[in-house]
Amino acid sequence: MTTSVLLQDLTRAFGVTRALDGLSIEMAPGELVALLGPSGCGKTTALRIVAGFETADTGSVLVDGKDISSVPASRRDMGMVFQSYSLFPNMPALDNVAFGLRMRKVGARQRRQRAGDLLDMVGLAPQARQYPHQLSGGQQQRVALARALAIEPRVLLLDEPLSALDAKVRLQLREQIRTLQQRLGTTTLFVTHDQEEALSMADRVGVMRQGRLEQIAAPDELYTDPATAFVAEFVGVMNRIPGELQPGGQVTALGNAVPVRGHRPDETAVDVLVRPEGLQMEVAENGNGIVTTRTFLGSVTRVAVQLSGDVAVQVDRPSVESAALAPGASVSVSLLAQQPVHVAPRQVS
Amino acid sequence: MAAVTRKGSRGGLGGTASPQAPGGLGGSSPRTSTFWRWVVLLVAVVYFLLPLGAALRFAGISAFGSVISEPGFTSSLALSVRLAVITTLVTIALMLPTTVYVHLRLPRFRRLLEGITILPIVIPPVVLIVGVLAIAPGFLKGTSWLLALAYVVLAMPFTYRSLDAGLRALDLKTIVEASNSLGAGWLSTLWRVLLPNLGTALLSATVLCVALVLGEFTMASLDLYQTFPVWIYVNSQTSGQVSVAASLLALFVTWIFLLGITVVGTRQSRKRGGGEVTLFTVARQETRGD
Repeated sequence: MTTSVLLQDLTRAFGVTRALDGLSIEMAPGELVALLGPSGCGKTTALRIVAGFETADTGSVLVDGKDISSVPASRRDMGMVFQSYSLFPNMPALDNVAFGLRMRKVGARQRRQRAGDLLDMVGLAPQARQYPHQLSGGQQQRVALARALAIEPRVLLLDEPLSALDAKVRLQLREQIRTLQQRLGTTTLFVTHDQEEALSMADRVGVMRQGRLEQIAAPDELYTDPATAFVAEFVGVMNRIPGELQPGGQVTALGNAVPVRGHRPDETAVDVLVRPEGLQMEVAENGNGIVTTRTFLGSVTRVAVQLSGDVAVQVDRPSVESAALAPGASVSVSLLAQQPVHVAPRQVS
Repeated sequence: MAAVTRKGSRGGLGGTASPQAPGGLGGSSPRTSTFWRWVVLLVAVVYFLLPLGAALRFAGISAFGSVISEPGFTSSLALSVRLAVITTLVTIALMLPTTVYVHLRLPRFRRLLEGITILPIVIPPVVLIVGVLAIAPGFLKGTSWLLALAYVVLAMPFTYRSLDAGLRALDLKTIVEASNSLGAGWLSTLWRVLLPNLGTALLSATVLCVALVLGEFTMASLDLYQTFPVWIYVNSQTSGQVSVAASLLALFVTWIFLLGITVVGTRQSRKRGGGEVTLFTVARQETRGD
């Protein structure tokens, strides 16, 4: 039983701020779509409209082709996991998970059975009789996940469910959510401001900015082929290097000329956006930069280089080759030839 | 009896202020601060217990036996208890949905509501009851319901404050939305999710309502009802000893009643990770909430 979801041209204004400005997303059955963006970009509003806690000014939400805009939240059959701990403090874990089934008039024995199964699925069967205050933050969110899944929701809505947890628990729970979601085949909308979370969990990631969708694509596509400068800079680490636009559709920076991809600003003074792995670097007497720090990341080492003209960049090199790149070493940094780059209006720092 | 009411509402403020007071009085030395702490305690004990001791001595132990057989004792006590029950139920039934609604949907009106709920404390009961008697509809006049409804007005500030503190301690919006998303409508959410989680707040409200109604004199006497405090007053005209004994008895009974409520409440609250429930929980929650 998998469900398709369609968000159609949603707009929503709070006073003068436009939280959503014509948002459209189509979710395939069983897909996990992450909405990623800075705070205030409208991603949470979009999720709350799907859940039924907010109403859109215009536009509609279609679930399996049916407009659900007028259906109250309690009849939408959507499982939701919230950012803050949302378990009912007066009920032990098992009763929390069984609550949705109770509201659906499922018999006592059956709902206990099912709630027990779900707690088992999230690895919390031994904690069934414990109250929320006796559980850790990570455990509480796992119970909340089990509770949301217990009602066999048509759509699972995750509102930054991991952001209150510490790093290690977050990583575990991330995998657990993804595994469960794929096993049950539940169509899922996941809102987060953490790009690593979005990129590692989602089938597709929608990057939002000021109420609009900048790009929605598979994580690798988003990283390697960003549609806009905003996406390019928001996802992953990005260097900004001053360059000049040339009339022939090229941009020059660090001494070489490369093609420009995507939008071209009107002014000729621009910043070239390059990822740490998109830069060439070799040790050179009288080079254009000096190594300041070196960070070992496993197979690669990220080297921070101070370029002339007060520009700092980060360059990734295979760790085996980085021995010579000690702080203070003089290096020559350049763009990879013929690799198209994004450019953005120059930022005065 | 009136003393109980005062203690319930005012003692709470003293309870929160006292931890700072000795430090302020005693200066830097811990020994002087301990000394002053004992002095303050001693003064308070003398102030509160001396009148009680005097009353006990005046009445004599034998008076307690005759109180119960005194004419009017049972009926006036029954009336007071009945009024206490009605007042508590009506007040909570009115204030719980109101407070929840204001918290969820009209947070900007919280200050206004706070202002409105303080009015019954500011306006003297005499003014209230005279006004109520002047404009009350005929079918209510001459029934104890009118008095109960007037008490609802008196009890409203305490109930609101208890519930407000209780709701502030919850992540109300998230919990209500979670409940909604799981398929619970408004009634189910109120009954199955909010009510059980407001146990401590409701208990505080109940304690305050009951203490208030059991000790209220002005309104009852002006409405010509012989509630327990009125009966004690009337009796004091004929037999001083019996009426003092009745006052003391009422005081002890109320104390035991309130103690019972708080013990049960603490046990319930502990199970869910909450703190101890005392008569002053309300005041304490209020200061913490801000």
